[in-house]
Amino acid sequence: MKSGTNDLVILREIDLEVTHGEAVAVVGASGSGKSTLLALLAGLDTATSGAVELDGQDFLSLDEDRRAELRGRTVGFVFQSFQLLPSLTALENVMLPLELGNDSAAETRAKSILTRVGLAERLQHYPKHLSGGEQQRVALARAFAVQPKLLLADEPTGSLDAEAGAEIIRLLFEMNREYGTTLVLVTHDESLAARCGRVVRLAGGKIVR
Amino acid sequence: MKQALRMLARDWRAGELRVLAGALVIAVAAITSVAFFADRIAQGLARDAHQLLGADLVMVADKPWPGETAALLERAGVQRAEGINFISMASAKESQLAGVKAVTENYPLRGRLRIAPAPGAPDAPAERGPAPGTVWLEERLVSALDAPVGARVKLGRAEFQVAAVITLEPERSTSFFNIAPRLMMHIADVPATGLIQTGSRVSYYLYAAGTAPQIKALQSSIRLERGQRIDTLETGRPEVRSAIERAERFLGLTALLAAILAGVAVALGARRFVERHLDGCAVMRCLGATQAQLLRLYGLEFLVLGLAACAAGCAIGYVAQEVIAAAVAEVIRAELPAPRLLPAVQGFLVGLVLLLGFALPPLVQLKNVPAVRVIRRESGATKTGTLAAYAAGFGSLCALLVWQAGDLKLGFTVVGGFAAAVLVFFLVAWVLLKLLTHQRCIALVRNKMLRYGLANLRRHARGNAVQIASLALGLTAVLLLTFTRNDLVEAWRRSAPPDAPNRFLIGVQPEQLEPLQAFFAAHKVPVPDLYPMVRGRVVARNGTPVSEADYTEERAKRLVEREFNMSYMKDLPGHNTVVAGRWFDPGAREISVEQGIAERLGWKLGDELTWQVGSERFTVRISSLRKLRWDSMKVNFFVVTPPAVMEGFPASFISAFRLEQGSEPIISELATRFPNMTVIDAAAAVRQAQGVIDQLINAVQFVFLFALVAGLLVLYSALVATEDERRREAAVMRVYGASRAQVTGTQRAEFLAMGVIAGILATIGAAVIGQVLARRVFELDLPPSLALWIAGPLAGIALLSLNAWLSSRKVLRASPAITLRESV
Repeated sequence: MKSGTNDLVILREIDLEVTHGEAVAVVGASGSGKSTLLALLAGLDTATSGAVELDGQDFLSLDEDRRAELRGRTVGFVFQSFQLLPSLTALENVMLPLELGNDSAAETRAKSILTRVGLAERLQHYPKHLSGGEQQRVALARAFAVQPKLLLADEPTGSLDAEAGAEIIRLLFEMNREYGTTLVLVTHDESLAARCGRVVRLAGGKIVR
Repeated sequence: MKQALRMLARDWRAGELRVLAGALVIAVAAITSVAFFADRIAQGLARDAHQLLGADLVMVADKPWPGETAALLERAGVQRAEGINFISMASAKESQLAGVKAVTENYPLRGRLRIAPAPGAPDAPAERGPAPGTVWLEERLVSALDAPVGARVKLGRAEFQVAAVITLEPERSTSFFNIAPRLMMHIADVPATGLIQTGSRVSYYLYAAGTAPQIKALQSSIRLERGQRIDTLETGRPEVRSAIERAERFLGLTALLAAILAGVAVALGARRFVERHLDGCAVMRCLGATQAQLLRLYGLEFLVLGLAACAAGCAIGYVAQEVIAAAVAEVIRAELPAPRLLPAVQGFLVGLVLLLGFALPPLVQLKNVPAVRVIRRESGATKTGTLAAYAAGFGSLCALLVWQAGDLKLGFTVVGGFAAAVLVFFLVAWVLLKLLTHQRCIALVRNKMLRYGLANLRRHARGNAVQIASLALGLTAVLLLTFTRNDLVEAWRRSAPPDAPNRFLIGVQPEQLEPLQAFFAAHKVPVPDLYPMVRGRVVARNGTPVSEADYTEERAKRLVEREFNMSYMKDLPGHNTVVAGRWFDPGAREISVEQGIAERLGWKLGDELTWQVGSERFTVRISSLRKLRWDSMKVNFFVVTPPAVMEGFPASFISAFRLEQGSEPIISELATRFPNMTVIDAAAAVRQAQGVIDQLINAVQFVFLFALVAGLLVLYSALVATEDERRREAAVMRVYGASRAQVTGTQRAEFLAMGVIAGILATIGAAVIGQVLARRVFELDLPPSLALWIAGPLAGIALLSLNAWLSSRKVLRASPAITLRESV
């Protein structure tokens, strides 16, 4: 990774392969490079050297728009800060990725998946009228709406209280199983990490275990 | 497309687009209302052009046309009519100034006169003009003279029978200043009145009608001399056109101001829209949207919004032009045709250029937002230095506005002035902020809240300077349209002193001086000063012949072309002051010139001017420049010589006097005793002119409303521009234990400083523009307005305090946790 004029090496010698259907937790202290790793995996950032392959495609060989397309087809996201669009209702937020992919049944699908996360009564609510837990459930619904092959979750419970966090985790793992999605979960929470099949530990930009 | 429409609906619902759309609607409404109105006038003029002239070609001269010109018309094989126009007193039971038009029976050659047997009775087209021995009167004159059809009317030394009431006269259908009501008579009766004497201002008309080639050939074969001119369809009724054109231009400028202000509001609104959509765009990129998709999506959304706003603006503009037309209905006095579609096209163009020029640059930033912003928020923040991006938009808007102004110099002056004001406002605000918030300055401040506030200001010096400049701009417009406008109108009203003369007496012959003075003395009216008046034309300056072709300016051309009213006197009149040189000795071959006219014609102190009076010429040296008080309503002369220079020339005398209310019968008696003299009721003339001006002011005021709303929109969007950031900062402060009072105190301090700066800048702006307008346009002295200097800064403080109060309420109502969570 380059930052400004100085080369700032954030990640080095990372060799990580995640296979289909696997659930991987990435843990490590602040500044250990977790978020950067996630950004690389999603093609949000590009590495200064090395290669990142998603579903057999090398990100480095794709331009930003092609990466976006690939991302739209194969990757779902859940963020610590939800990242819902404040001007859209819960339903519209979930419809958004479907609409971007020109799905003609966007509304039906979005409604059914929102029902799945228990928000059937909240379709027309705006994010600011939803609790944190509810917002994250909308985000989950949005992530799974396109039935992604890979789900990237960045501290999904980081902004939630324990109860709401537990509910989100329950839903996350349930839906992950239902949809047969590969999961990469960045977290601080060791107990949460333990629920994943594999734990990757980062320190100083390197995988330590 | 469907998606773009959905986005539009969502963003509209969220209220993100309302300011932007409002600004566009205002800009388009302002531009189209004026354009629609101008289009109707233009169409009306084109339609009525033939009738307006009363012929295909009209030749006007200040001396009778020589016989060879009549022969020329004869040879060209065209129809010919003649007319003589002058102003004179008419009297029956009452006396009244009348605009006399004496014509041959075949007048008019194009269009028809319409007459009625009595005021209000149904009218019919007249077969021919008035027969010898009879006159036709305009309805106003019938009532003013109390002379119905059948009554006798005295005009000079002759008497006539009133034969009809004129209801429509082609040449007057759009006459702008109908100061004297029309009296129409037969041309053969003029000599009997004895009214045409030395010093009378008379216009001699020759009317011609024929086929287009005949007229064209005729026009090219006429050699015009000094004091002669031709009116055709193109140049027809120059005074009407120039007055309406001036009004149109004024309206146009106001519309331009509204459009530019709206542009600023659009830019601010679009910026805010983009800032609020950066996260959303990053998420969409994350969810797989391509750059092209984003650009298409937002581009379409804005295009649809723009088209809808333009359509709404055009609709409002259409209604508004009806209001303008109604406001000036009496001035125009003619049925206007319905507007065409072209102005709407113009409106759409302005709207779309505004949108593309000011909203597109920030929108393009949206597509460039990196997807990684979803994880690292700091990446992809809006750049403040997108000046280059706006340059294209500003450039195209300028081009459009200059085109709209229809005058390169005028357009550039307005646009350039505006740009300069923005730049000056920004720089001054920035420098002031830097000074005010300098470490040492802040260190002096004891109050903790004020210190935090100032520190905040320093941190966003550039952003705040932009905000202050926008605020000052909006506020300038508002102040200008409220305080300064009132001051101007007041100054204009005050300019005529209450004891000013209210009657002008013209056409007094030398042998009448003594009887007239005796007449005044007998009626116990103070005998007024009588000034000799000699009509002469300037023929050469410093030995070089002077011609109207030497000047480009319309007023200068007309001045040189016409005869000057000159006078001679020994002493400098009390209401004149010498501003350069010295007042002449009674025997010198010198001349004193009014300062303004000398400037306009490029005359300097010491220049030798050669004049022609009748067939005689004389040369005099300019020895002084004078300043006149036109508003004194006294008799004023542009050029004055010592008695020795002009005493021998034929002269008539002129005077101004004050007639107290109730003494009006004297005028009737005066008209009977001295039928050749003309008394002009200056008060009535001023009232009438004022009525016309009031109507125009009404029309302009209406368009001002658009500019005012646009200014308020700029104010509003400048205020909300930084609202989000302030809310976040306040939330952080509260998280770290700041009390509500501390948060509001800090914000208040910050806003107070900004309000003071913006208010003062706006006040200076409004005052400077007001002075320029007063001096250059209205030729008035505008005393500095205390009210403006109090109101301006106060308005700035009040506006920002209100904003501070509203925004701190919002901040305090929301829990800091939510605010922060929303904004992470």
